[in-house]
Amino acid sequence: MHNPALVILVLIPLVGALAVFSLKQEQAKLAKLISLAVSLIVVVYTGALGIAYDVGSQADRFQFRGEWTWIKVFNVQIAVGVDGIALVLVAMSVVLVPAVILASWNAFDSRSGAEEVVLPGAKQRSVKNYFALLLLLEFFMIGVFVATDVFLFYVFFEAMLVPMYFIIGSFGGPRRQYAAMKFFLYSLVGGLLMLASVIGLYVTTGSHSFSITYLIAHPMPDNATQKWLFLGFFIAFAIKAPLVPFHTWLPDAGAEAPAGGAALLVGVLDKVGTFGFLRYCLPLFPAASRYFAPTILILAVIGILYAAFLAIGQRDMKRLVAYTSVAHFGFIGLGIFAFTTQGGTGAVLYMVNHGLSTGALFIVVGLLIARGKSRNVDDYGGAAKVTPILAGLFLLTGLSALALPGMSTFVSEFLVLVGTFTRHKGLAVLATTGIVLAAIYVLYLYQRTFQGPVRESVAKFRDLNAREVFAVAPLIALIIFLGVYPKPVLDVINPAVKATLHDVHQTDPVPQLGTAGGVK
Amino acid sequence: MNTAHGIQSAAWLLVALPLFSAAVLLLAGKRADKWAHLVGAAVPVILFIYAVMLFFSVKAESKGNREINLHLYQWIVVGTFKVDAGFLIDPLSMVFVLLITGVGSLIHIYAVGYMAHDPGRRRFFGYFNFFIAVMLLLVLANNYLAMYVGWEGVGLASYLLISFYFDRPTAATAGNKAFFANRVGDVGLSIAIMVMFAYLGSTSYADVLFGNAKLTQGVAAAIGLMLLLAACGKSGQFPLQTWLPDAMEGPTPVSALIHAATMVTAGVYLIARSAPIFDVSQAARTAVVIVGAITLLYGCICAFGQDDLKRVLAYSTVSQIGYMFLAVGLGPGVYAIGIMHLVGHGFFKAALFLSSGSVMHAMNDRIDMRRFGGLWRVMPITYFVFVCGYLAIIGFPLATGFWTKDKIIEAALDKGGTSGWVLGICALAGAGLTAFYMTRALVMTFHGERRWEDDVHPHEAPSSMTLPMIVLGVASLVGGYLLVFGGGFQHWLEPSVGPSVEEGVHTVSPVVLTLLTLVVVALGALGAWVAFGRKPIPITQPVGVSPITTAARRNIYADAFNEAVLQRPGQWLSRALVYFDNRGVDGAVTGLAAGFGGGSARLKRSQTGFVRSYALSMLAGSVAVVAVLLAVRFQ
Repeated sequence: MHNPALVILVLIPLVGALAVFSLKQEQAKLAKLISLAVSLIVVVYTGALGIAYDVGSQADRFQFRGEWTWIKVFNVQIAVGVDGIALVLVAMSVVLVPAVILASWNAFDSRSGAEEVVLPGAKQRSVKNYFALLLLLEFFMIGVFVATDVFLFYVFFEAMLVPMYFIIGSFGGPRRQYAAMKFFLYSLVGGLLMLASVIGLYVTTGSHSFSITYLIAHPMPDNATQKWLFLGFFIAFAIKAPLVPFHTWLPDAGAEAPAGGAALLVGVLDKVGTFGFLRYCLPLFPAASRYFAPTILILAVIGILYAAFLAIGQRDMKRLVAYTSVAHFGFIGLGIFAFTTQGGTGAVLYMVNHGLSTGALFIVVGLLIARGKSRNVDDYGGAAKVTPILAGLFLLTGLSALALPGMSTFVSEFLVLVGTFTRHKGLAVLATTGIVLAAIYVLYLYQRTFQGPVRESVAKFRDLNAREVFAVAPLIALIIFLGVYPKPVLDVINPAVKATLHDVHQTDPVPQLGTAGGVK
Repeated sequence: MNTAHGIQSAAWLLVALPLFSAAVLLLAGKRADKWAHLVGAAVPVILFIYAVMLFFSVKAESKGNREINLHLYQWIVVGTFKVDAGFLIDPLSMVFVLLITGVGSLIHIYAVGYMAHDPGRRRFFGYFNFFIAVMLLLVLANNYLAMYVGWEGVGLASYLLISFYFDRPTAATAGNKAFFANRVGDVGLSIAIMVMFAYLGSTSYADVLFGNAKLTQGVAAAIGLMLLLAACGKSGQFPLQTWLPDAMEGPTPVSALIHAATMVTAGVYLIARSAPIFDVSQAARTAVVIVGAITLLYGCICAFGQDDLKRVLAYSTVSQIGYMFLAVGLGPGVYAIGIMHLVGHGFFKAALFLSSGSVMHAMNDRIDMRRFGGLWRVMPITYFVFVCGYLAIIGFPLATGFWTKDKIIEAALDKGGTSGWVLGICALAGAGLTAFYMTRALVMTFHGERRWEDDVHPHEAPSSMTLPMIVLGVASLVGGYLLVFGGGFQHWLEPSVGPSVEEGVHTVSPVVLTLLTLVVVALGALGAWVAFGRKPIPITQPVGVSPITTAARRNIYADAFNEAVLQRPGQWLSRALVYFDNRGVDGAVTGLAAGFGGGSARLKRSQTGFVRSYALSMLAGSVAVVAVLLAVRFQ
């Protein structure tokens, strides 16, 4: 199996990143154009892969597989392949990148585009480096989803930190150093735990193989070792996701990162955590997954409600959005560990939708902040009168965050809830109350910033230009389209989720009063 | 169940067309300002014409074949969870389609004149068309989940239109309040749908309502109570009623169409639609009638404490929907009566709102009845329409309420037993109170001396406003008679909500009851005339009034209760958790993480050592990896 399709996909942004790095500082404009072009090429290429992907394939769980020996002595391979879950996540990630590039177009070379007050004489940040880092990040993001070798995955998982560390640390807000360090340390701790588990896996299975397909086919015996190894992976992913109580790095990182970086951080990087649950925790450690599931489900529900209350109490808009994401990750965790097809498929679709929705939310919040030079909601008010287009996009994005029926976020949220309900009624009911809190944090934010009398500081705001509209509008269009017609994506996700549930030996509960099919 | 054919297959246009026009109006920008209102008003008229054709097409089917399924496409398919996008065209949904497009057309036309000088007119019509689309989706969907899309869609339209004047903080807050209350209801709707799937394996009306599976008492009660919660949120029923009066912040056509005639009655639709579930569960029906009875009295009492004409009408809507809940909660045979009152209410409440909008228009957007008075001379058409609505709502002989509301009182008494008497007396008392507060509003607005402020010069509204008003006014007078005539309406609804009640033994003979009701209504009206018609109205609210009046002015402390029990504790909880998260969770985990990462000092220090320490960690990590792997290799 030497299909080069995915390797090419991974390498396009890497080549782009290197090209942009090699430019001179003055060639900022060129750097932007190259980055945009590369990111769009990746979108088109991924679209082509999506068309080529065989939805009904029974033959192989992973498609476009390519395997090459890397470190022979440890049997480490460069092995890539996608199942439905990985494919839709790659697609979501690559769609977000051009949006972020467009949204951050002037963020570091014009004062009007910056998110904070730029003091005269302040050191100019390197524009081309920022865009190169975005492409480098895209390289790692795609890599982490397509890797089918545990060691390769681990390398991407850890290396992904590097570009994000620099994006936060060099291009972020006033407390960027603190936030970057915190982000880095948290992830490092998780990564080291995972590393220990990876090694443990290699040693204890006796297979001396890192291949996912091999490991899925040969799950570990149900013993204490499996539980310990599971925990190593789980904590790494739980920090990444992040699930409460491992979440406290995210509000700092999300708030201090530039808006574009935050969109990718929360939209994509955090999905690696929940993706890891599905790809690694469940299939490799089925018994341990079942053993820990009740605890995780309770943590997930706590996260949904707890983070929503925290979001309501925030004044810093970016922290607010970060907390909403923590709540949303609770839903994803709930769907994954409910072990039903609705829950699992809902969780995967939730990851896709959340990437688009929160990515868009960070972008519109960033556009607002770039006008007001403040993250504090109290510095705004009445902006809808001055910037109606921004207000409209902000509201639509917010509505997608509160899972308005008709938008794709509703489909995924309801699938998660209904999938949870068939097995855990109480938890599903508790989680459902989260929809009230979601409405409060979204509309309260909108009210404080865009409604009410126009404040003096807001009166001079410029409405969005075409470039800024193009950064957000396609994401919203996609969210609405997938809300009205989610079936194509669901059809891609379903078989992969089914296979994963098969790995943990779980089947859907049957309706307790029998199916009501049949019309009078 | 029949499959749609011929003209019925085009029913999807009922949703698609207004959705499309809404998108065009909202996205077209300022260049559409010149023609947007014309397009916006034309769309519901076109839909109404189509709806009438559709009605005759359904009527042409034999009685057993009037449930027509229109399958559009598969919406969500995950395992056994299969949900279609599809419509159910049946007698019940047809009633709503005609009401929504018919009254909707009139109010759209009215709004052309009403919003003529508003700079946001294009946006208004965009939202208004959007509302028509999602409201039609709500009543036409053939399963609960697709219905949910319409359900939340009308909530969004309501939010957008309540906070239409979003620069007014009160309007923005009122919009949020409406959305939040609706979301509480949505929790109920979500859970109800989940229960359906978990126990019956489906969410479609065909399976859940008319399928083979036998509902148990417990499951039916759970679904019924959760649907009731949803209905309370949407229809402004106790205990989720407080948002509806505040919703009057929106432009008056919105109050007429959304917050009186159509959207707020969606809860009644939901219960009537789910009749087979409520038929099984006595507990759920009991809850519905209790909610109905409490709310109908609550609305009446609050209404007479208001000085804002629109708020009087809003509480009146709360109260009238209480009647409808009471009716549909009485269960088999009475659903049709509830729907009948709903349709009649759609006419007369729209007439009342549109005429009060005309008054407001004439009085420079002021709505305090204490500064009205004597308007009947200067606004004769408006006065006429208001009186039509007034007669209809109080149940003046032969006007709409006389037919529809009296039937509800009768049905409540016919329930029998103590509960029948209690409900019947509540409904009867409500009729008297309704006459009281409506007479007060009529007298304070149109009669007595002129208490106008100096700068107002009231005048009759333009014909684009008065014509739809007159149509609705006449409909309020004669509509009820047409609805009850020959029992046609009830028979029409039978395929959807089951057979109507047999003319059997009545607890109180209908003639006696009618006379008794008229006496109670007359007493209420007379009482109001004595209290407000014979002496001058003070232009400021009198102080030192009775505790009941004080309570009525402050909506029986419902807002105060919500603030004290929900809002404030919620804020405290939120603040406490923010503190806890920053100090507690973050502190603990940061300490732990810092321990791993090499001392908390490094976390706090900035500028130096970060990249180096990172590189160092990576190096250490790599060495560890290699060491362990080597150890494994050579063991």
